[in-house]
This record gives sequence, structure tokens and C-alpha cells, in this order.
Amino acid sequence: MTDSKYFTTTKKGEIFELKNELNSDKKEKKKEAVKKVIASMTVGKDVSALFPDVVNCMQTDNLELKKLVYLYLMNYAKSQPDMAIMAVNTFVKDCEDTNPLIRALAVRTMGCIRVDKITEYLCEPLRKCLKDEDPYVRKTAAVCVAKLHDINAQLVEDQGFLDQLRELLSDSNPMVVANAVAALSEISDTSPSPAAQMEMNQQTINKLLAALNECTEWGQIFILDALSNYVPKDDREAQSICERVTPRLAHSNAGVVLSAVKVLMKGMEYVGMESEFVTTLQKKLAPPLVTLLSSEPEVQYVALRNINLIVQKRPDILKHEMKVFFVKYNDPIYVKLEKLDIMIRLATQENIAQVLAELKEYATEVDVDFVRKSVRAIGRCAIKVEQAAERCVSTLLDLIQTKVNYVVQEAIVVIKDIFRKYPNKYESIISTLCENLESLDEPDARASMIWIVGEYAERIDNADELLESFLEGFHDESTQVQLQLLTAIVKLFLKKPTETQELVQQVLSLATQDSDNPDLRDRGYIYWRLLSTDPAAAKEVVLAEKPLISSETDRLEPTLLDELICYIASLASVYHKPPSAFVEGQALVVRKTQLPVRSASGEPGATGATESPVPQQAQPVQQQQSVIPSHDTAMGDLLGDLLSMDLNPPQQQMSMTPAPQQDMGGMDLLGGGLDSLLGGPSPVAGMPASQASMGGGLGDILGLGISSTTYVPPKQVWLPAPKAKGLEVSGTFSIRQNVRYMDLTLKNNAMAPMGDFAIQFNKNSFGLSPASALQVPSPLSPGQTADVTLPLGTNGPVQKMDPLMNLQVAMKNNIDVFYFSCLIPIHLLFTEDGQMDRKVFLATWKDIPDSNEVQKEIANPNQLDPKGISDKLQQSFIFTIAQRNVDGRDMLYQSLKLTNGIWVLAELKIQPRSPTMTLSLKTRALDVIPQVQQAYELIIANM
Amino acid sequence: MIGGLFIYNHKGEVLISRVYRDDIGRNAVDAFRVNVIHARQQVRSPVTNIARTSFFHIKRSNIWLACVTKQNVNAGLVFEFLNKMVEVMQSYFGKISEDNIKNNFVLIYELLDEILDFGYPQNADTSILKTFITQTGIKAQVTKEEQSQITSQVTGQISWRREGIKYRRNELFLDVLENVNLLMSPQGQVLSAHVAGRIVMKSYLSGMPECKFGINDKLVLDKSGRSDDPSKVSATGKASIAIDDCTFHQCVRLSKFETEHSISFIPPDGEYELMRYRTTKDISLPFRVIPLVREVGRTKMEVKVVIKSNFKPSLLAQKIEVRIPTPLNTSGVQVICMKGKAKYKASENAIVWKLKRMGGMKESQISAEIELLPSDKKKWSRPPISMNFEVPFAPSGLKVRYLKVFEPKLNYSDHDVIKWVRYIGRSGLYETRC
Repeated sequence: MTDSKYFTTTKKGEIFELKNELNSDKKEKKKEAVKKVIASMTVGKDVSALFPDVVNCMQTDNLELKKLVYLYLMNYAKSQPDMAIMAVNTFVKDCEDTNPLIRALAVRTMGCIRVDKITEYLCEPLRKCLKDEDPYVRKTAAVCVAKLHDINAQLVEDQGFLDQLRELLSDSNPMVVANAVAALSEISDTSPSPAAQMEMNQQTINKLLAALNECTEWGQIFILDALSNYVPKDDREAQSICERVTPRLAHSNAGVVLSAVKVLMKGMEYVGMESEFVTTLQKKLAPPLVTLLSSEPEVQYVALRNINLIVQKRPDILKHEMKVFFVKYNDPIYVKLEKLDIMIRLATQENIAQVLAELKEYATEVDVDFVRKSVRAIGRCAIKVEQAAERCVSTLLDLIQTKVNYVVQEAIVVIKDIFRKYPNKYESIISTLCENLESLDEPDARASMIWIVGEYAERIDNADELLESFLEGFHDESTQVQLQLLTAIVKLFLKKPTETQELVQQVLSLATQDSDNPDLRDRGYIYWRLLSTDPAAAKEVVLAEKPLISSETDRLEPTLLDELICYIASLASVYHKPPSAFVEGQALVVRKTQLPVRSASGEPGATGATESPVPQQAQPVQQQQSVIPSHDTAMGDLLGDLLSMDLNPPQQQMSMTPAPQQDMGGMDLLGGGLDSLLGGPSPVAGMPASQASMGGGLGDILGLGISSTTYVPPKQVWLPAPKAKGLEVSGTFSIRQNVRYMDLTLKNNAMAPMGDFAIQFNKNSFGLSPASALQVPSPLSPGQTADVTLPLGTNGPVQKMDPLMNLQVAMKNNIDVFYFSCLIPIHLLFTEDGQMDRKVFLATWKDIPDSNEVQKEIANPNQLDPKGISDKLQQSFIFTIAQRNVDGRDMLYQSLKLTNGIWVLAELKIQPRSPTMTLSLKTRALDVIPQVQQAYELIIANM
Repeated sequence: MIGGLFIYNHKGEVLISRVYRDDIGRNAVDAFRVNVIHARQQVRSPVTNIARTSFFHIKRSNIWLACVTKQNVNAGLVFEFLNKMVEVMQSYFGKISEDNIKNNFVLIYELLDEILDFGYPQNADTSILKTFITQTGIKAQVTKEEQSQITSQVTGQISWRREGIKYRRNELFLDVLENVNLLMSPQGQVLSAHVAGRIVMKSYLSGMPECKFGINDKLVLDKSGRSDDPSKVSATGKASIAIDDCTFHQCVRLSKFETEHSISFIPPDGEYELMRYRTTKDISLPFRVIPLVREVGRTKMEVKVVIKSNFKPSLLAQKIEVRIPTPLNTSGVQVICMKGKAKYKASENAIVWKLKRMGGMKESQISAEIELLPSDKKKWSRPPISMNFEVPFAPSGLKVRYLKVFEPKLNYSDHDVIKWVRYIGRSGLYETRC
């Protein structure tokens, strides 16, 4: 008996006939009819009219028939919700069946029927099935929770199914565990609710790792994918996970291997860079990656796309495996193109001869895309490996001699790049290129050729004729060619002004008067004006020296690369695009996939396989910011830089050595004035935030705090006038340009002028002392106020004070000596080198006994996000070492160092949309903790 | 995860369509047909994104299988699953063809229901599937014990073997099958060479036997310090070989392999692939091809190809075939060869030279004159000369050292098991550029 006959019934009145058959008494006939219905459904015919008749067949002992009816139901229930209710009873009954296969079938199917009323009935049976004695039913029920979540997320949370699902993670059956992991991962991926997030702690991880050894190949993939989202606590844990995942690399299923590679690639980020462990792990990764290349071509393709990422991230892994990427004659084109890409990435001085020989071979193949890419690859080799440039150029010339049109055009495009990279080296070949001028019909090639002619106009005798020939069909060219032609002719004119005046006028008028293209017109006008007003300037602009092009122009941007590394094996890694680019609704969900902070900053230095002298270790976060400035700060920084460069040269000195007071008097006044404007006795809280930040910007512009704008508490009255015979002293502390200052305001409330001011500090806990004499404009007339700044050193005599931060000051003037005391805000003592290396941080954190850890809830009144907090703290020299997201809460790991060398480590737990956060501090010197806590609160609340 | 699976014939007509996820609409079926199947040449990747929907496809004979999704799925998993699906269907009804698929569509739906749940692949092991999904419909009337046996196998730790297997004679067949791949330059320089080997096992053993398998892997032997033993020299003259990488059937305990380098497992019943491996070092290449191509003017070419066998004279290679490509504008070919039969096959643009067998350390030669039609089409890309053969040894030098069987519960011992080992080396892509 064959089933194909069901596909052929296309007569009229078919539906009616089927209806009769479905209601037949004979079981066989019924079954036949249902099969026909399914066949029609498959080919896209609408058989929803038969709904009641099909559902009537549901109650049967015949499992095959039952499955067919279920299949029908899944397809049409949504369009006939009222009728679907008819099926509910059978489902519920089936969920109680003695046969576990039927119980599972019922719960599996019910989850696929997206009708609200049915969903309500699903809850009870599902709850039971999750606790079923049979693992087959449990593993089916686990997936069903994910189905239900897709239909009604709230219901799943309300009914406590998530907890039940989490319990299944400890199930004795590995397949149940795997399906539970898959379901939980999906739910936490799609749900924004924190309750739905997958709790991953050491215990769960251990359970998963145990199940990993025993479950099916697919289950292993689910588990590995879930593991890759876990952020290990320390490098030891990362290492142990890696060790237990490594055996998976020998699995025959490529999916398992790729997912294991993902876990390992991420794991390596958490283990120290230079460690031997990473080196051995990298060695272990190479063979399985190569093995993937002997699987089915489609799998090879996925593997190659991923290898492309891996090679960019860790060039060492496959550096000796160039040969396996040689293209085979019978490889499908998509495999060939990918291999070519990887070959270039792996090309080095040592293997370049082999690579070039291969590329030359490929350039004679038939597939146009492949040949073009091969030619391009030769050009890239030349740019990447300087020693090979000459050989590459001669290979390209050979190819140009073949006169195969697209080969010639492609070759000219890459030769232009070679000229850019190695100026004044290979120009002798220009004449050969010029011979092929007529055959160029692609915009890219034409534009490149025109660029070459313009750039080397002085060496080409008939450059004007050549360019003129292009000019004839100016309006038919593409914009790219038009722009290039315009520039080239202007270059030519600047080089040979006498003969080409007419030509340049012609092109300028073509570009400005006869063109609709605004880009072209604008460029035309600019040239025109430049040429007419200041030819010398025109020369400088148009013929300026060009920056050399980089060898790795096609590398992925480092942050994108890091993101994609987290998505190894997935579609994102195949597309080389983040999931948000092709998955709907992805942007809503906060992803947990992030590499640790330092990898992003460690990368830009290492550009290629050959040259990576920059040790890939943690670099200060500051540097990372300067590489990719964030939008809001970039402007201010730039302005600050510009202004400080042009207007305030002494400013630079000041940061080196405390300059004599007089030189900066004016600026100090300004600074002081600003300070008092912003943070004077008037309540800061009342100041709108925007104004405050603008003030900060102003401060930046004046060069008072380009690199650091630490939090400056408002000035307080330290010495009231009545106590000091009319002298009122108020002050605060600040750091500017890495120099600590005591900012004082002196007011003469007495009747007589004051003079001869001097200041002295008593021994104090941190050895703070005046770094220069107090310079007060004297005499200070009655009623007059003076703002004074006093640079401070930290090498003075030390004595532990009580309270710790107490500073006793003596101030003298022509009247008397006065004593007062003030509290040093501890953040004044944070140093700019307080960023601990990540590894040291981990080690130190572990090293300090837990008893030295103090936790406190601190306020986050503005509910800043982690980025904001981290930026803010950094301005006060509290550095964020790492950041991760655990269960929706952001954890910041931070360090700071006091002037006397005390380190304080901090863990800041930030709950989104919560006015408080938890600060855990760890240090060997417990005394400073209350102050540090206070500093945190002050900085976060006030800036 | 996978949102749906479609199977089409070569014309793009849907044979099977199963949707698992709500985000996949009916129009997805048509989108793939229009944009991929009917686009023919333009589609150059097995992954296609059409309107934010991703399609993964493979093509077997002239049947298209496509998985569709809107999520960021694990691409490796999807393709492995598609291949697995093909394997499952083949083991149920043989060749993947339009007729076979139409004839078994109910079965296929049933399978798809079982092995993909909400797009998550479940147990797809054919031996287990066959215990409860049969072509005559699911066994409805089974006893309670049988039911629980089925479910424990589907979900169990040893999902690939059922309990209670009994044989009168416990027998084992081991085949070491190697594909030797070569790319050689016209000058005889090895551009790349590797052996892709498989160890295929047929086991007819009772109960739940525990097996331990050993080969002359350098790593293992070095560890046990036996690599210097001269008595263990294999056919190709090497005591031990360096395996670049190997992968195992899911029955092999990977963590044990990682730590102790021992291959231990409970085998599935019947035929399966125990292991795959890859070697690149010290491969003994069974044949060397020496091409000589000379273009005589624009209308004539002379080709001479010599093949040399390079293995023990006592061994015999079989099924030797040399394929010499000819230009597209070939008008006539004259072939002279001393041994075997050679023929110009115009439809394949190649001269095919066949030899039934050839001993070791021998040499044979073919020469041909190719006449060409004058043509100004683009130049001929000179595809490589390829070769096929079969030799009765493993070109990698791999040797099976032992295969021990323990079955603690039943009363048969390792000695009672009859074991057979066979080595076959075949050509993979064995190409010489000319």
C-alpha cells in the first residue's frame, strides 16, 4: 500500500466526498480519509471546512489515526477556536492514559494548539506530567512549558511552572535535564521578566556538566549553549568548566563540537591571557576545527564562517593549518569563497609563497565570483605581507596579460590599493595598466584607474588625454566615477597647470552646473573656490599626503567580533551580524552574552597574525573609551582638548609640577568662582541636573579638569568668624589634573585689613601636607573675600587620627594663630593608578578573608544605570574592573587605591529600577570602610 | 529553535510541510520555493535570509529539505539535524526520492512529530525509533513493560541500545575504512594530503556488553611506553601513528578518552560507525600520478599519464580508475594504453581509464592525442586528473591492537566472541594538477 495516491485527488466536490468518508463507520475508510485530508493540507489546500468531522475521529484506539488527527488539529485549531474546544476532553483523558507514549503525545499536542480556552485546560495535566513517573512524559512536558510560555508568558509564571521546570534540572534522567535546560534558556531569552531568568549558580552548572556526559547529542548542544551564557566566578571555575567541556570536541556531531568551541572560546576569556592553560587549550581546539572541514558541505560552511571569527579573535589557534583551507576543485562555491577568506587571514611571511601559488591557480578557474575574489585576495596579500608585495604585483600583472575582462578590472582595483600602501614603489607598471583602459566597464575599476592616473599624473605623459577621454561620457558615469574624475582632473591641473586649464574648467562646470548630484556639486564648488582663492592651499588640500591604508581593512569591528564570539555556532555567527539584525524583538531583551570588559580593550592592538607585540592583557578602561568615544562625552573631551591645546599651554605644565601660585592666579580665581557657583554654600540639591553637568563641561573647557572631574563637596565653614577674630575660613578639597587641593575661601569680617597668612597641618592619618606656601592676596581688606587654593602633598608625617579622616590645621595671619579641624573626604586620597589588573583583582579578592568583607545598602537616588555609575565613579578614581549581569542584576567589580597604598576592592550590585544597591567592600584595612562607603554614596548622589 | 521543516521535489512542489512555531507562516513555504529553488544559480549559500526568516537547506538527489526559523538558532545543530533526518528516512524506506517520500508521508509526519518537539531535536536514533514507530503504524497494543522499555530507551542514558538482546553466536566485524585524499602539483609536490578514516563495526553481541578498543595511536603507545617495540611494526612499516583528531559515536565515553585515552563503550546492536579519525603525517600514498600535457598548436593536445603503485608487491589494488579531463571543445581523441581499458567520454569531458587490478611497485602508462575545434571561448581551466582505487591496507598505517568484550551479567567471555578485522583503503579526492 502506498500513500502517494492521496496526493492526486483533485476532483470537484472532493470536500463533500471526504466528509462522507470521514463519517463512515468503517475504521479503515476513516483512516484513509484522514490521510487524504492531511495530504491536501500539505500541498496547501484549505481543508478547514472538515474540522468537526476530523475531530470526531479523534477518539480512537488507533494511535496512527490519532496522530493524524492531532496533526490536523495543530494546523487548524487557531482558525476554528470554538470547534477546537470539542477536542479538549479527549486531550485531558489522554493525559491520564496508562500508556506513557499517549500521555506524552497528548501533552505535546495540546501545547501546540494556540487557543486560549484550550490553554486553560492544559495547566492541570501539564502540572501532573511534569511530575510523571515516566521520563518520556517528563521530557515532553518540559518542552511544553516553553510552548505555553510562548502563548501566555504570564500564565506560566503565575502557575509556578518555572519552578517546576527548574526542579527538572536535577532530574535523574539526562534527557529530561536537557529539555528543561532548552526550555529554560528559551524562556529567559524571550522574557523580559526577571522571574523568568535562568538561575545559573555553581550547583546548576555542576548538574548540567554531569548530564552532559550522558544525554543525546542534541541534549548536549542544549546544555553547552546554556553553559556558554554562564559567567564563571573566577578563573579557577572557568578553567574547570573548560576542562569538563573539552572532551566534547571529539563528538561526531558538528553541532556539539561547535557549541563546545563556543564555551571554550568564552571560557578562555575568563582565564588569564598568558596562562599555560589557555595555550594548551588553544592547541586542543585546532584539530577538531580542522575535522569539521571533512563533514557535509553545509556543515563545513557553518564551520568556516565560525573559523573566520575564531581566526580573527585568536589567530594562534589555526596559524599552522593553512593547507587545510586550500580550495578543492569540487568544493561548492560557498565553501570555496569562505576558505579563500580564511586563507588570507592566515597568510604570513612564512607561508605566503604557497598561498600565492594557490591563488594564482584559483584565478584561472571558471566561477566569476571566485576568480574575482581570488584576484582581490592576491591584492590583500600584498598589503598584508610587505615582503610578498613584489611577487603579488607581478602575479597581478600576469593576470592582466590574460586579458580576461573581469580579471583585469579586479586586478586594477587591487593595484590601486597597493599603490596606496606602498607609494613610489611599483609605479613603473602604470603603463601596462593604461593599456587596458578601454576594457574597463565597471565603475569600481574605472574609478580606480582614474584615481591612478590623477595621482600619478606627472609620470604619465598623456594623462590629460586619458582623463579627457573619460570626460566625454561624464553624465553616463556612476557617481563614484564622476567624483573620482573630478578629483583626478583637479590633481592634474595642480601638477600641470599650464596645459590643463581648459580641462579643469570643463569638469568643474560639468560637476557644478550640469549635475543633479549634491555631493558632486559640493565637491565641485569647493575645488572651484579653493582654486580661485588660494591655489597654494588647494595644492595642500588636494595633493595632501594620504594616510597609509591598513592591512586589515576587512576585519570585523572588535566589539562586534566579541559579541559574535558569544554566538559561535548560531545563525549570528553565520551571518556575521548580531542577532538583533535579523531576529524580531531581540532588541527588547537584555542579553547576558558579553565577554569580559578587558577583551574589548585588549584587542585593537593586535592587528594580525604576524605582528602582535602588544601583550593582550588588561588595559585601563580609560583607554578603551578613547578608542571608541561614547557620544555624550566625545564632544566635551574634544572641546576640552582643543581649548587646552590652544589657549592654556601652562595648564599642561601644571599637571607635571605644581606651578608657582602667581602664574595661575587668574585661573584659580575662575576655578574657584566656578566652584562656588556650582558647589558653594547654596544647596546643590536644588540645582537642576542639566545645569550642573553644563557647569562640569565649562570646567572642562577651561582646562580645570580635563582628565578628572572628581566630586567636590560643597565648601563648609571650618572656622567661623567669631572664633578667629573676624577671619572666616570655609573650604573643601578637590582634585584637579591629578593634584590634590585644599580650596579655601577667606573672608575678612573684621574692621582691619589682614595679611601675612600662613598655614600648617598637624600630623594626620594619610600624611597630607601643604605642598607650597599659602598665597593670599594681601592685604585682605575688611569685607573682602579671597579664594585660595593650596596644593597638597601626601608625604607628610603620619599619625593615625581619631576620627580617621580628621585633619587639624593651624592658620596664621598678622593678628593671631587660629586652629581648626576638618574632615578629609576619603575620595581625595584615591589615586589615579587605582585600577587593578583583572587577574590580580581576582586573586586579591580571594586572598582577603571573608571576614574583611563589609556589605551595605547604599542609595542610588537617580537610579543610574551601571554605565553611568561606573563612569561617575571612575572620575573619582574608582575603577570598574569587570561587569557582568547575574539574574538581571548588574554586578560591577571595582578597585581603588589610597595614597598610602591601601587597596579597596568593591562589588556593586545594581538592581535595575531600584533606588538602592548593594555595596560589598573588601580590604585589609577595615578602618577605611565606612569612609569609602560614604564616598560612594556622596559621589553617586551628588554628581 | 527550528520553526518548521519543509520537503520539496525538484520542481519546488511541497511534499512535506510541518510547522512547529507560531512565528512561521504558511507563506514561508512559498518564499523558499520562489527565492531559492526557482532562483537556481543565484543562491550561493546553504543559509538564506528572506524577510527576516532564515532558511537552512540541503539537497539530496533532487529533493530539497529546508528548515526555517526566525530565531538565532544553532546553525550547526540544524544542519546536523537535517542530515540525521535524511539518515532516518533512508533507514526507513531507502533512497530519498519523490516517490518514496509521497509513499511514506504519514510515516514522515509521525517521525517529525517524534524527533522534533517545538523545534528541539529529540532522540533520533533509528534503532530506537524503529521499536515504536513502524511502517505499519505505531504498535498500539503493547504490554506495559514494553511501553516503559520504549520510553526508557528513548530517554535513557544508553539510548542507542535496547536491553535483552540475545545471540547464539557472539560475533564482531570491524572494518577500518580509509579515504586517502591528495592534491599534488604537476611537478609531483604534495600540496595537501590527509586520510579520513572510519571504523565501522557490526556487533552481534548478547546483553549489554562493555567493549574496550585499542589502536596503534602514538599518544596511547607513548604513554604506555610500548612504542619502541619492534615486533609491533605495521604493514606500512610504522610502529605507531599520529592521529590528528578523532570523533566518536555517542556511545563512546568521551571523558574517559580525554583522561585515559582509552576507547570504551557499550556498542549499539548491528552496524554503526564507531569512530572517525584524520591523519596527515606519514601517509603512504598508494599511487603516484605523473601527468604530461602538451598543447600542439591550437587544435591539438598530447597527454601522457603514468601511474606508479607504491606498496608491497604482494598486495593488489583494485577498481583503479583514472579520469583525465579534456577541454570542452574536444572533437576527437585517440587513446593508447598497454593495460586496462580507456575510453573518451564526451558527455563527461574526460578520458576514463580503468584497470581491474594492479600489483604493488608497478607502473602503467596511457597516452592520448586530443583534437580540438578551434574556439575563441575563454580558456580551459584544466581541472585536475583524479584517480579512484581500492587497496587492502590502511594508508594511514592504523592498526587495531585489540577489542575486548566484557559482559558481566551473561556467561560469555572475551574469548567466546568471534572477531573479524578488515582494512580497506580507498581514494577520496585523489587529484593531481596538470
